[in-house]
Amino acid sequence: MTTPDDQVRAAVDAAYRDEWGQVVATLIGLTGDWDLAEDSAQDAFAAALATWPRDGVPRRPGAWLTTTARNRATDRLRRDAAGAAKLRQLAVLARDPDEPPLEEIPDERLRLIFTCCHPALPFPARVALTLRTLAGLTTAEIARALLTTEPTMAKRLVRAKRKIKEAGIPYRVPPAELLPQRLDAVLAVLYLIFNQGYDEAEGDDVRRALAAEGIRLTRVLVRLLPSEPEPRGLLALMLLHEARRATRTDDGVLVTLEEQDRSRWDRALIAEGAATLDAALAMRRTGPYQLQAAIAACHATAPDVTSTDWPQIVTLYSELARVAPSPVVDLNRAVAVAMADGVPAGLALVDELAASGRLDGYHLLPATRADLLRRTGRVAEAAAAYEEAIELAPTETERRYLASRLREL
Amino acid sequence: MKYVLLICDDETRSPTNEELAADPVHQAWEADLERRGAEILGQRLRPVVDATTVRVRDGETLVSDGPYAETKDFVGGFVIVECADLDEAIAIAAGHPYARWGGVEIRPVWE
Repeated sequence: MTTPDDQVRAAVDAAYRDEWGQVVATLIGLTGDWDLAEDSAQDAFAAALATWPRDGVPRRPGAWLTTTARNRATDRLRRDAAGAAKLRQLAVLARDPDEPPLEEIPDERLRLIFTCCHPALPFPARVALTLRTLAGLTTAEIARALLTTEPTMAKRLVRAKRKIKEAGIPYRVPPAELLPQRLDAVLAVLYLIFNQGYDEAEGDDVRRALAAEGIRLTRVLVRLLPSEPEPRGLLALMLLHEARRATRTDDGVLVTLEEQDRSRWDRALIAEGAATLDAALAMRRTGPYQLQAAIAACHATAPDVTSTDWPQIVTLYSELARVAPSPVVDLNRAVAVAMADGVPAGLALVDELAASGRLDGYHLLPATRADLLRRTGRVAEAAAAYEEAIELAPTETERRYLASRLREL
Repeated sequence: MKYVLLICDDETRSPTNEELAADPVHQAWEADLERRGAEILGQRLRPVVDATTVRVRDGETLVSDGPYAETKDFVGGFVIVECADLDEAIAIAAGHPYARWGGVEIRPVWE
């Protein structure tokens, strides 16, 4: 049975999920002090837990929390002699939490996300800072999710915040001339957060929850930058991948796209992903995330492997190789060519890639070669390529998968 | 904010002061600094063959020929600038000709 206390608890949890980033972002904007902002936000949520059961959930939880956090920041500064100057700035802004502010609080999260993902910060710190300040994960949760220890993660966060302050990284949305480049950096962080969780087939819940965090943060970004197509492209890509999540492994063994049970793909997510992609494409400014989402959409909307629109996928990979050149894209394109124009055509491209040496040490190169060789009946060569792939594979899941393919030869 | 821009390269090009002054990229960089009113002090340094490094160990002064550390790139000049934030310092640094083949390290001044 749900008690009134449970309902309040649920309301606080929901507010934490929806409002944490906003409260922290606003407090950083007001005080310029990242630690003070986080501590005061924490105080505000503790106050909500203490008073909402008695007074009821406020009509606008976000405004209540922001105002409370602002007042707590004032209290904290009052106790601190060095805080006097900041306090004068805040005093004008402090209000009674029962009294809703007259004006809408502007959404400061865009400033926060661009600052967290500033290229002057090391990449792992950008990821950690985004998860801490925007998503509200604790340091312990982030450490577990990113496979490191809590002291290491705490140090990484402290250093990043210190660099923001001491190196003068501005707290702002970058101006138009910097936006494309800086937006790429933000999208890379969000995609990594998603992938860290998505690649975890069946393991740690905290780690798997990262996929949901990645989607949630990307939704926020789409809402805050409605006229940019690439955030929508990234959101579409994540949704289309997420739709297939349940069918990607079976008892810890990878299941290829070809063999996944398509009746178990999440139709609602596929529909949302496709609609999100259409909205992005309608802006007529293509980019790597839209192209990858378009490829994912070709797969997600096809009834089976043979009726998949492989020529279209080849075209999309060619375009992707043009806007974001990478040997991994070339390898994927070769697989699509094998499906569209026959295995020999694909195999020729894979051999060309192997000869170039650009993918040396990458297990999916011999794995792909093995698969194509198997399909043309060149069993001995296929077996040798599978063995090479097993040697190079980075995870146990992949080694198990490749070993089972080798046995089936 | 005050920053020191350390202008670095591997010294293989080593243009003369006259060549540098005639370089349109260098002229544009100087014009940009002027327009921003950002420069506090800037100097080009002679190559590392003319460098001397001093260390004091156990009270003894050790003098050696060459730079502090043998690295690929060396500091070939410095400019102290005052500007709004790191993004402006990055914009200034990106305009220096050495950024195209060497690199510019941006260090906030410890005040």
